[in-house]
Amino acid sequence: MRIYVTSVFVDDQAKALSFYTDKLGFVKKHDVPLGGEARWLTVVSPEDPDGTELLLEPSGHPAVQPYKTALVQDGIPATSFAVDDVRAEFERLRGLGVTFTQEPLEMGTVTTAVLDDTCGNLIQIVHTA
Amino acid sequence: MAEDVFKALADPTRRRILDELAERNGQTLFEICARLVTKHGLGLSRQAISQHLAVLESAGLVRTRRQGRYKFHDLDTAPLEHVMTRWLSTDTPESTP
Repeated sequence: MRIYVTSVFVDDQAKALSFYTDKLGFVKKHDVPLGGEARWLTVVSPEDPDGTELLLEPSGHPAVQPYKTALVQDGIPATSFAVDDVRAEFERLRGLGVTFTQEPLEMGTVTTAVLDDTCGNLIQIVHTA
Repeated sequence: MAEDVFKALADPTRRRILDELAERNGQTLFEICARLVTKHGLGLSRQAISQHLAVLESAGLVRTRRQGRYKFHDLDTAPLEHVMTRWLSTDTPESTP
């Protein structure tokens, strides 16, 4: 068994696509209309185009907003992405106007930071020494 | 108020939380929990940390700040200064003839 897709609930799929590609640097993989405004919209890492896809899932279900709001208030990331160097990525993204709720933090062999995806989620970036 | 400060400081986990906030102000609950578990091996539940933060907040040692949709915690050392000056005040009996 392998993980082939994982998802984040996004408030606005078009806005999410732009953030996840233009700022974070992912590339669009699938974009399938699902009726209404919803799309099966996934992105992948350019370093691993056949790897795990990230589904940018509409957050229309009534349970989703309270869940997301509570997580964001306490600073809890919806998911976590690996980078080569958290501090370098923090500087790059901050230069692009991205907001961080946690600046780079070294904890033993792990360095993390937490950013706002502008679509209602916090995202952790991480590297291991 | 002073008694709340002593009660808040009596707990080692709460002193660790203050140590970490002294290192960096403006932490989310998530960051505080991550610091306690990875730097100090304190694997408490988020609810437990929330309760410790509430004790620190009621003693005035931690202030919470809402910024947009986020909630950040800051250290406030003013109550400690009050506690110290209680005994370190200048008009001690020493100065009287």
